[in-house]
Amino acid sequence: MIKTCNLHKSYPMGNKKLHVLKGIDLEIERGEFVSVMGSSGSGKSTLLNIIGILDDYDEGEYRLDSLLIKNLSQTKAAKYRNEFIGFVFQSFNLLNFKTALENVALPLYYKKVSRSKRNKIAMEYLDKVGLKDWAEHLPTELSGGQQQRVAIARALIAKPKVILADEPTGALDSQTSCEVINLLKEVNEREKVTVIIVTHEHDIAGMTRRIIHLKDGVIDGQQAF
Amino acid sequence: MDFDKWTEIFETLRKNKLRTFLTSFSVAWGIFMLIMLLGFGNGLQNGAREEFQKDAVNSLWVNSGKTSVAYKGMQPGRRIWFTNEDYELIKNTVTDVVNVTTRNNVWDVGNITYKNETSTFDVLSCNAGYRYLENLELLGGRFINDDDVDEARKVVVISDMVKKQLFKDQNALGEYIGIGGIPFRVIGIFTDSGGEWDQRRMYIPISTGQKVFKQINRVQQISMNTLTLDTASSRKAEDYIRKLLSERHNVAPHDFAAIRIHNNVEEYLKFTGLFRNIRLFVWAVGILTVIAGIVGVGNIMTISVKERTREIGIRKAMGATPFSIVRMVMQEAVLITFVSGYFGLIFGVGLLELINFGVEKAAMDIGFFRNPGVDFMTALSATGILVLAGSIAGLIPAVKAASIKPIAAIREE
Repeated sequence: MIKTCNLHKSYPMGNKKLHVLKGIDLEIERGEFVSVMGSSGSGKSTLLNIIGILDDYDEGEYRLDSLLIKNLSQTKAAKYRNEFIGFVFQSFNLLNFKTALENVALPLYYKKVSRSKRNKIAMEYLDKVGLKDWAEHLPTELSGGQQQRVAIARALIAKPKVILADEPTGALDSQTSCEVINLLKEVNEREKVTVIIVTHEHDIAGMTRRIIHLKDGVIDGQQAF
Repeated sequence: MDFDKWTEIFETLRKNKLRTFLTSFSVAWGIFMLIMLLGFGNGLQNGAREEFQKDAVNSLWVNSGKTSVAYKGMQPGRRIWFTNEDYELIKNTVTDVVNVTTRNNVWDVGNITYKNETSTFDVLSCNAGYRYLENLELLGGRFINDDDVDEARKVVVISDMVKKQLFKDQNALGEYIGIGGIPFRVIGIFTDSGGEWDQRRMYIPISTGQKVFKQINRVQQISMNTLTLDTASSRKAEDYIRKLLSERHNVAPHDFAAIRIHNNVEEYLKFTGLFRNIRLFVWAVGILTVIAGIVGVGNIMTISVKERTREIGIRKAMGATPFSIVRMVMQEAVLITFVSGYFGLIFGVGLLELINFGVEKAAMDIGFFRNPGVDFMTALSATGILVLAGSIAGLIPAVKAASIKPIAAIREE
C-alpha cells in the first residue's frame, strides 16, 4: 500500500539546511495497523506529512497504492488526499463553527456529494463512532474524546485507503486514549483500512501490530507482534 | 451543486457574524459616504445654477446713480438719469448685443384696482426686450412690443400672482385695470421663476410710464443680452458703454457709483468655474472614499484569511483544491460587498431623499443648496466598481490563502 524508497527531506534553516529524513525505506501492506515511534526531532511528523501528501520530498520515491507521488500539482495532491487519505490530528482540528455532523460531512463536500446525501452518510459514520446523538453539537460542546471520535468519523467518511493519525491521543487522558485506539483498531479490522499512528507513547504503540522506530531521520528498527 | 456552494458560503458567513458584520459595515459605509458626497455636490450645483436661472445669464445691466467724485468742476453727489437718447445710442452702436431695453421703476402710482379689488404692486416700465432679460415666461397674451412703446399705449402685462389677486378665476386679458386711477388694458400674463419679488410686478411701456407718471425722458436702467457667453467680449461692451455714458453725462471715467454696470456674463462664468471645481472635488473625494473602501475590504479579507489559516489548512487536508479555496474566499467577498454595498446605496439614496423632502416641506431657502440627489445609474455603477474592486482586493488574500501549506496551518495554534 505504501512504499518509500530512499526518501530524503531537508528544510532550509537560515543559511543551513536541516536534514530531517535521511533515506527512509518503508513498506506498509494493505490493511496493516502500524505505529511510528520516535522522539521529537526524529522526523516522524515529516514522514507522516509526506505520506499524507501534505508535503513534498527532495529525493527518493514514494508510491501510494503503486501510484508515484512526486512533484504533484496542488490540485492533484488535493485530489489524491481526498481520495486516499483520512487524517486524524492531535488537536482534532475540527471546524469550530460547524456542527459535528457538518464536520464529518466536509470531505464529501469536496467530493461533490450533494448536501442531503452527505449529511445522511455523515450520520451513519457518527453512529459508527457512537456519537449519533451529538450530531447537532458544535465541537466546543464535546469532550476531547468525543471530538477525536468525530475526527475519526470525518477521516473515514471518504472511504480512504489509509488513515494517518498524528499523535491522536496526545491531548487525551489514558482511558480515552485507549478508547480512541480501540476505535481505530475496530475500523482497521472492519473496514480493512490501513492505519498508521504516529506516537511517542509506548502503551499506544504497543496496541498496534507493528512498531517502526525512527531515530535521527532513519529507521532504527522494527517490532512486529 | 452550485446551490450547495452558496449554502456553504452562506453558512460560513452566518457563523462568523463579527467578521461578516465588520466587512459589511465598511463596504456599506463607503458606499453610503460616496452617495452622500455625490448628493451634496449635486445639491450645491443645483442650488448655484438655480440662483442664476432667475435672470438671463448672458446679460449686462447698466444702472444710473449718484456721482461719487468731483469731475469737471462739478461736486460729487449729483444724481444721474439716463435718457431715451442714451438708449437709442447703445442700441445702435454697441455690437454683439440684442434685446436692449430700458427700465424704470414707477413710484407712487398708488393703488392698483380692478372693479372692487384693490391692491398694491410694483409697476415697471420697459421696452420689448426686457422679457428676455428677466427670463419671463408668458402664460397668455403677449409682452409689450415696439408699437406699444412708439405709440405710448396704455397697456399692461401682469404676473400670474397679480392676476390671481385681482381677477381670481376670471379672464384678465383685454380687461382694464386702474393704475393710479388711469385705466390700462391687460395684454399679457407672465410668470417669473425669480421668486416673489419678481412676481409682484406688472410691466407697462417705457414711453407710457414717462408720459403718464411724469418721468419725462428719464431712464433708470438700461440692460441687454450679449450674443456670446465670454468674458472678453462682455468686458468690451461694458467698457464701451461706460465710456459712452460717462462722456454724455459728464461723469468721471471710473465713477462706478454714478454708472453701475453689473456684468452677469462674468459672474456666471465665474460660477461655472466654481461648478467645475465642485464637481472635481466631489469626484476626487468620491474616488478616495472608494479606494478607502477597497483597502478596507482587502484588509478585512487579509485578516480573515489569517484568522482562517487553520480552517483553510483543514479544508485542504480534507481535499480542498487551491482553486476551491480561492473561489470560496472570493465568493464570500463578492457576496458581502454586493449585499452590503446595496444596503449602503439604498440607505444613502433614502437619506438624500429624506433631506430633500425635508428642505422642500419646510420651504427652506438654504442659499446655493437645492435638490440633493444622485443619478441612480451613477450610484449603481459606483457600487459596481466597489464590488468589483472589493473582489479584486479579496483576490490577493485568497491566493495567499490557497498557497497555505496544510501542515503549517494545522500546527499553528
